[in-house]
Amino acid sequence: MSQSLESMMSQSSLSEARSPVLAAQIAATRRDFLRTAASLALGTTVLGSSRLVGAATIAQRKVIVITFGGGARDQETFAPDGQENIPHLMRDLIPRSSFFSQVVNRGILGHYVATASLATGVYETVNNFASLPPEHPTAFEYFRKDLKRPAWDAWVVAPSNGFNRIGESSHRAYGPSTGARVILPKHLLKAATAGGRDYEHLLRDNYETPLYAPQLSGNDFELEQLGMMLKLSVDDFKSHARTLSSPDELSVYIVRQLMRELAPSLLWITMHDIDIAHAGAFSLYIDGIRRTDRLCADIWKAIETEPEYAGKTTLFILPDFGRDADDDAGGNGFQHHRTGDSLSRTTWMMALGAGVREGVVFDRPIDSTDLVPTLGSMLGFTASFSQGKPIQELL
Amino acid sequence: MLPSDLKAELFAGYPPEARKLVAAYVSTLQRLPLAYVPSLLREVIEYDFKFPAERKTLEKELANLSSLSQEQTKTWFQGFAQIQLSPELEKSDWVNAPAPFVENLSGHLWTTHQLDAFRVAALDYADRLHAVVSPEQPVIPRLGITVIGQGAASAEEPLFRKLRPHGAYFSNVKPEGGLATLLRAVAARAQAHPIPFGHWYIDGGEPAAHDPALTCVSYGRLGPARARLSEKIRSDIEHPGMGPEALRTLMARLRPADLGFTAASDPVLDRFQVKLLTEGSGTQIFSTTFAQWAAREALRRAQPHTLFVRFAPRQRQKAMNEMLASGHEPTELDPAGSLVDADMGAYYNWLNLQRLAGAEKSSSLIWFEEHTEALAIGPSLPRGTTSNATASLEQILSWAA
Repeated sequence: MSQSLESMMSQSSLSEARSPVLAAQIAATRRDFLRTAASLALGTTVLGSSRLVGAATIAQRKVIVITFGGGARDQETFAPDGQENIPHLMRDLIPRSSFFSQVVNRGILGHYVATASLATGVYETVNNFASLPPEHPTAFEYFRKDLKRPAWDAWVVAPSNGFNRIGESSHRAYGPSTGARVILPKHLLKAATAGGRDYEHLLRDNYETPLYAPQLSGNDFELEQLGMMLKLSVDDFKSHARTLSSPDELSVYIVRQLMRELAPSLLWITMHDIDIAHAGAFSLYIDGIRRTDRLCADIWKAIETEPEYAGKTTLFILPDFGRDADDDAGGNGFQHHRTGDSLSRTTWMMALGAGVREGVVFDRPIDSTDLVPTLGSMLGFTASFSQGKPIQELL
Repeated sequence: MLPSDLKAELFAGYPPEARKLVAAYVSTLQRLPLAYVPSLLREVIEYDFKFPAERKTLEKELANLSSLSQEQTKTWFQGFAQIQLSPELEKSDWVNAPAPFVENLSGHLWTTHQLDAFRVAALDYADRLHAVVSPEQPVIPRLGITVIGQGAASAEEPLFRKLRPHGAYFSNVKPEGGLATLLRAVAARAQAHPIPFGHWYIDGGEPAAHDPALTCVSYGRLGPARARLSEKIRSDIEHPGMGPEALRTLMARLRPADLGFTAASDPVLDRFQVKLLTEGSGTQIFSTTFAQWAAREALRRAQPHTLFVRFAPRQRQKAMNEMLASGHEPTELDPAGSLVDADMGAYYNWLNLQRLAGAEKSSSLIWFEEHTEALAIGPSLPRGTTSNATASLEQILSWAA
């Protein structure tokens, strides 16, 4: 390898040039793993024989979206050696889901900008590390403004301060007060424990720069609202936080509280624990995957048991993107998502619950921007500015 | 400014050896597109602090570029020439600050959706270069040894899962004196083939006694530099407007003296060690990450004939509830988690060794320290096999060669 090329490989994310072919191979392999492990059917051939869970009317329907933890690779999840890390997905959720084995993210592979792209249906180009709103309308804005839904009906629970603007865009037709309320649980914890100990590591804002732990600022969700909206006292919140092992567990705790107290129709949860992989410790990355697997199952259990959600909720679980392949010399394997190779761009999505066929795998490629128009078809809005298309298999 | 505007005097700020090198190739650089040249200059400007193998590779690349006819240059770089750059990139001081340019170029490629086109251009260039400039073959077959699991009582999951298909698994290794045996073996290679930066010892803790012919880098010895870096970062983060990107830029500017390296030590090795801490992600926090990244960078840059890596237990990552409950108790170690990290690290060491010239003749040995499990890969060892026979590490090394 030439010196100059080495530098470009590591900086500008080069890898193999045969991405579409490889992406299809990745999807096919993932599908084969799933069919072997969970006896799923291939959607295109047996669509009619799988069970369709009845959909609620559009007005009653609820949707919850979980972004799966900050990027996880097949090797550590759906490949034979990785399935031990996702027992809940494999055993409990995938058999009940429509599984899309080839979801391609053609945008920027940074967590904030990629999540913003998922939420707008447009490949956003905002600075991943700046506190900026998405440039295009979010699903929350379409949902609230177009359907005249109240503020409490759309929420985002996100991991770090960098996500505090994701609830509404800078688009002139939408924007302020038309989107989702954003809760940053770590921010809440910081506020609740003001003057307390040094929680530097806990409050680490993003894992991409492991040493960077900024002062959290901004206040989208005032502490008083902890009590008013979530019906939680600061003391209860603090004492419960002391029983939890990670920021994502704290997020799920807040989600459960939101579901109980406000029952929003559109709820978006961004998990982030897996992104500890940036610190390079493989065991911690695996721990993050196992925890996220368990937390996804916990949320599904909550959906099935909360009266406001049971039987009328569709749950989507998808990573925002993958991570670099071991064999890409430009990266360092699982640690980052910088090469832009097929493994880091090609991921999966499962949908389960109301209106979704159970136990089917679809391996045609879909775009990660297809999510928002699909949510629109389910909830009754049109994502006019989205680049994606509704996923027909879910409608 | 465009490459066609380049003049020798523009490189006056380069270190002496780099300045001399680039002076001979100014007319060559003038013919190349801007989307490519700063990436090359980023390497050239570091020439004085490069390992011998890197220098040779860079010299060959430059010599090849100068040998191309105008027509060939056009063909080789047509992909790069089609990349649209912003006026800001063109106006930036890419001659004296090529690294920031490359970083900004990366962001530009992502946001303008030109990354794929750039990737195709770079791969095309790499293929052409490899076809005409062959890499240096090692004078002896390369050997990589990775020692994992220091302090771990047992492995909770089977070891070497990713490597077993490529080599022979030994379940009944005699562990007595294993570390000393392996260090003697690498020292013997260093003594027999005294190549500058040709034989490395990387330790995730404090290094064991070793032959001075080995280039040694260790997490333990870098403790004072790591402490200085942490202190610096902590104070820099307080500055208004500081974010992850600004912090990265500041870290990239740090030099050995900033982290307390003395003038008496080797400037090339010092610069390498500073880069491990400032460019590596997590290398400052976790010793396992440090050992893996140091090995990766040593292989990529120095292309050693011998690489001995010993992982040590890293600090334990506290759970959120522990952080909330506790103050500043002494850091505990996590030998079990570190073994999992190191097992993956050993796989990456092998993969990175395979990327070097002569890979088909190279051999690797991975040993679970003080235990009876090892795995060896070499041209004469059968793949995917298991041996339950009693064997010493010395014997396994000889079989793997």
